[in-house]
Amino acid sequence: MSTPEPVPAVRPPRLDYLNASYGVRSWLLTSDHKRIAILYLITVTFFFAIGGVAAGLVRLELLTPAGDVFQAETYNKIFTTHGIMMVFFFLIPAIPAVLGNFLVPLMIGAKDLAFPRINLLSWYLLAVGGLTALWALIHGGLDTGWTFYTPYSTVYSNGWVVVTAVGIFIAGFSSILTGLNFIVTLHTMRAPGMTWTRMPLFCWGMYATSIIQILGTPVIAITLLLVGAERLFHLGIFDPAQGGDPVLFQHLFWFYSHPAVYIMILPAMAVISELVTAFSRKPIFGYKFIAGSSIAIAALSFLVWGHHMFVSGQSVYAGLVFSVLSFMVAIPSAIKVFNWTATLYKGSVSYETPLLYALGFIGLFTFGGLTGLFLAALGLDIHVHDTYFIVAHFHYIMVGGTIMAYLGGMHYWWPKISGKLYPEYWSRVSAWVIFIGFNLTFFPQFIVGYLGMPRRYHQYPEEFQVLNVMSTAGASILGIGYLIPLIYFIWSMRYGKDAADNPWGATGLEWQTPSPPPTENFAETPVVSGRPYDYATGREDVALG
Amino acid sequence: MHFLPEEASSFAGHVDALYLFLILVTAFFSLLIGTLVVVFAIKYRRRSPDEIATDVHESGALEIIWTVIPFGLTIVMFLWGASVYFRITRPPTNAIDVYVTAKQWMWKLQHADGHREMNELHVPIGQPVRLTMASEDVIHSFYVPAFRFKRDVVPGRFSVAWFQATKPGKYHLFCAEYCGTRHSNMIGWVYAMTPADYQAWLAGGNPGESLAAAGAKRFVENACNTCHGDVPGARGPSLTGLYGHAVHLSNGQTVIADEAYLRESIVNPQAKLVAGYPTIMPTFQGLIGEEGLLQLIAYIKSLSPPAPAGAAASPAPAPTPERKVSRP
Amino acid sequence: MASPTPAALAHDDAPPELRHHFPDLAKQREASSLGMWVFLVTEVLFFGGMFLAYAIYRETHRRAFEGASNLLDLKLGATNTIVLIVSSLTMALAVWASGRSRKNATVLFLILTMFLGATFLGIKYVEYKQKFERHEVPGPHFVVPLDEETHQPLPRQSEMFFSLYFCMTGLHAIHMIIGLGLVSWLVVRARRGEFSERYNTPVDMVGLYWHFVDIIWIYLFPLLYLLGRHTL
Repeated sequence: MSTPEPVPAVRPPRLDYLNASYGVRSWLLTSDHKRIAILYLITVTFFFAIGGVAAGLVRLELLTPAGDVFQAETYNKIFTTHGIMMVFFFLIPAIPAVLGNFLVPLMIGAKDLAFPRINLLSWYLLAVGGLTALWALIHGGLDTGWTFYTPYSTVYSNGWVVVTAVGIFIAGFSSILTGLNFIVTLHTMRAPGMTWTRMPLFCWGMYATSIIQILGTPVIAITLLLVGAERLFHLGIFDPAQGGDPVLFQHLFWFYSHPAVYIMILPAMAVISELVTAFSRKPIFGYKFIAGSSIAIAALSFLVWGHHMFVSGQSVYAGLVFSVLSFMVAIPSAIKVFNWTATLYKGSVSYETPLLYALGFIGLFTFGGLTGLFLAALGLDIHVHDTYFIVAHFHYIMVGGTIMAYLGGMHYWWPKISGKLYPEYWSRVSAWVIFIGFNLTFFPQFIVGYLGMPRRYHQYPEEFQVLNVMSTAGASILGIGYLIPLIYFIWSMRYGKDAADNPWGATGLEWQTPSPPPTENFAETPVVSGRPYDYATGREDVALG
Repeated sequence: MHFLPEEASSFAGHVDALYLFLILVTAFFSLLIGTLVVVFAIKYRRRSPDEIATDVHESGALEIIWTVIPFGLTIVMFLWGASVYFRITRPPTNAIDVYVTAKQWMWKLQHADGHREMNELHVPIGQPVRLTMASEDVIHSFYVPAFRFKRDVVPGRFSVAWFQATKPGKYHLFCAEYCGTRHSNMIGWVYAMTPADYQAWLAGGNPGESLAAAGAKRFVENACNTCHGDVPGARGPSLTGLYGHAVHLSNGQTVIADEAYLRESIVNPQAKLVAGYPTIMPTFQGLIGEEGLLQLIAYIKSLSPPAPAGAAASPAPAPTPERKVSRP
Repeated sequence: MASPTPAALAHDDAPPELRHHFPDLAKQREASSLGMWVFLVTEVLFFGGMFLAYAIYRETHRRAFEGASNLLDLKLGATNTIVLIVSSLTMALAVWASGRSRKNATVLFLILTMFLGATFLGIKYVEYKQKFERHEVPGPHFVVPLDEETHQPLPRQSEMFFSLYFCMTGLHAIHMIIGLGLVSWLVVRARRGEFSERYNTPVDMVGLYWHFVDIIWIYLFPLLYLLGRHTL
């Protein structure tokens, strides 16, 4: 007679990428794209916090018309810190390096990116570059603004121009290598059966972003190199006293920095495409148009940089060309908004937090994008250039757009990344707090900008105070709104409920793996057939929780 | 609380009209999308966990419609913006000249007749004013919100722009290009006055030397007259009647002698050499400051007759310190 | 006892150069090649910013640039051009040899490439030294040089020519030094016998990089050395 096998009291835990190995070395020397994504998550959150504190200090000063909180030079260093930290060390890397790194191999059925060790190098470059710049900004201070206009930055400023430029230069290579990695991965490592038109739209967005990263970033790299060389060796490339041209600097700078803003928004749009279809539980409307508009935006983005220079004295004809092209680049974005809206039509819409962020994005991005048309219009831009109208416009896109999409994506894929669920009640509360705080912060800035308040002003005429107080009040609310997810995401890693493999009942290869996935992602390479977002035929495992 | 600054210049109203049109377009599309999104989200909310959505077939026609309509609207906005821009960037010929030197962190203004102002500018209404601006150090920007006027002042070149005030009053002047520590202190006032008040203001105060007179002195001090003496066989081309007219260069091109050409010819003479003259003019870069350059240009302009619309004074063949620039 | 699954067997048979995330060497090579080409595109944009600045200033300061260009040592520049072109030949031969498992030939050609690259840098050093001695280095110690033909001082903007000369050739030289480092790494691996018909991707990729750095020089040379030259 045989004895029955004892029933195990506890189910042995699964091996996944988080518990596959322990210790700092296993993280700092990893080649697993998922762990690298987590490293990026920690790094960009840190830089976001620094930039956020700087923003808080700026708004604090602007509560009163007089410059009574900080000395002028200190204030100038603070807004420069805010801009540099947010642009180069948060907005540019965030979605591609955190969500892109984690998801692209999973979404295409691959085991990793094409160059895993270069991926790790990219992270080190961002961390080292960011810490270098941060040290320069805190220790010595830089007061040129994130735009480094010459000859102020090369000849007149007393700030730490060269070290900060070196930090940004290093981080630029992080961006270039990430873009290179994504392009090669998407070209060569898609699973069998996954043609380009079966690829998730998130991947199309990453691809378009990567094109901008590889073509644009080298130009800011060489520009910063020349600024540093001029400052160190008194070369005079941009200094009129030595025959140089300050407007040449502006051309070179904006040749990157305009496409850079599309590096910030294309990934956000890529996230929104995924959220809208998943939470309407139906195929995205106009897949080919959304994919094509991403590529169109990437291409057009390189042709519009002169709209930052309408009052610099460039020729009237140059102004006309840049103006009409700037209007054209708005069209593909409009196409996306219409297609997302059409996706909701006759969908099965569910109000989880990721969808709240997606809807918030659609509203705020539409509004903010339309305010861009004001700036493309030559006659109007002359009045609003370098005022708070501009500040309001770009914050609507970057904060109301990119950050909302980033948070929406983090909430959507958190169960996959951590294997845990975040608390739904608090996540909805914070989404609303963020939405309200954001609008209160930035809407008044449109008004005060048109009234004539210039940007980068540490003191201002009294008649602008009421609108500034509203803006600062909004900023306080927004700050609280950002703290809440930080707290509950960390809380959920220990105390959150375990997540199912596919808690949302969504399509996509990333949901066909366990939550969290094992290191090698897929036990067997998946084979893909059928269209993407294949919801209408129904899914097998839609059980939630 | 008002939402628009005062409209105090001839083009302010045009800028605001475009602004209001864009507000309408923005409001329309934001409300349209916002409403649709909210209505769809509510009307098609998920009613049961197993609910399956309706598969909606894609529509090429719809894609075309919502591409073509925005395209058409953007072309309208572009053309309107361009037309306002042309209005703003074409200075009329009968403008009075004001010369502006920007430096960290103040505005120095000088009227052609010699009146100097610091951080303040008095102008008459109903008369175009042309600002010829230079920077002594970094990039600044002359911004008068009430006029909807803004132009960057870039070192190493002259920036020329114009406005015409329409309403008497006192209007903010801001520096609108970040220029260092006291950027937000680089502010002042523009006073638009009725012609009578403006004449009274001109009469009062000691104008001192006119810009052209100061320029005439510099012309001699820097020995410009030794080559540009306007005598037969002179080593340099004559400057009499030069301003505003065509110049034939040694490389075959023809350019118009405007402020930018004159400035460049002083600091970088090799850039545009006049045909038929030896290439011996030295550069004065660093030897003459921005204010000095403005004075020299004002002097050279005084050697040409003013624009035909108004009383013309005969150009003097040789520099005379007492000569005033006549205004129409 | 169960016999090993076919999947496990295949894994044990995998060539040592195959990284685990690629299904086969062909795919890995395709990815490496695309990656290197994309990287070279970024390098074109990187140098491109300076080429643009050069083109613009050459137009606005034509006489200054032509006069300054004539002061460069044409013989040394032309020699360097030939040195680099030959080094591209030896590099291509190294790629050819490595793909035919010819270890000694591979090492030889790689070392020849390094030698030529070092020669290039040596000649550049000589040129730079000449400029320091003649005070043609931009900055506080710059002295406006005399035109070769007329012996009159050149326009002040000749300093701009030298600024761009040092930045462009300096950046190129840095790329050459990195190239030398990469080739020396290849020498170590080649001596260990790591390259064969099956796998010579690193040699191929470094070859692409080396050819690119050569092409940059082929553009730099006429732009910097041959402006407005009337005589050799």
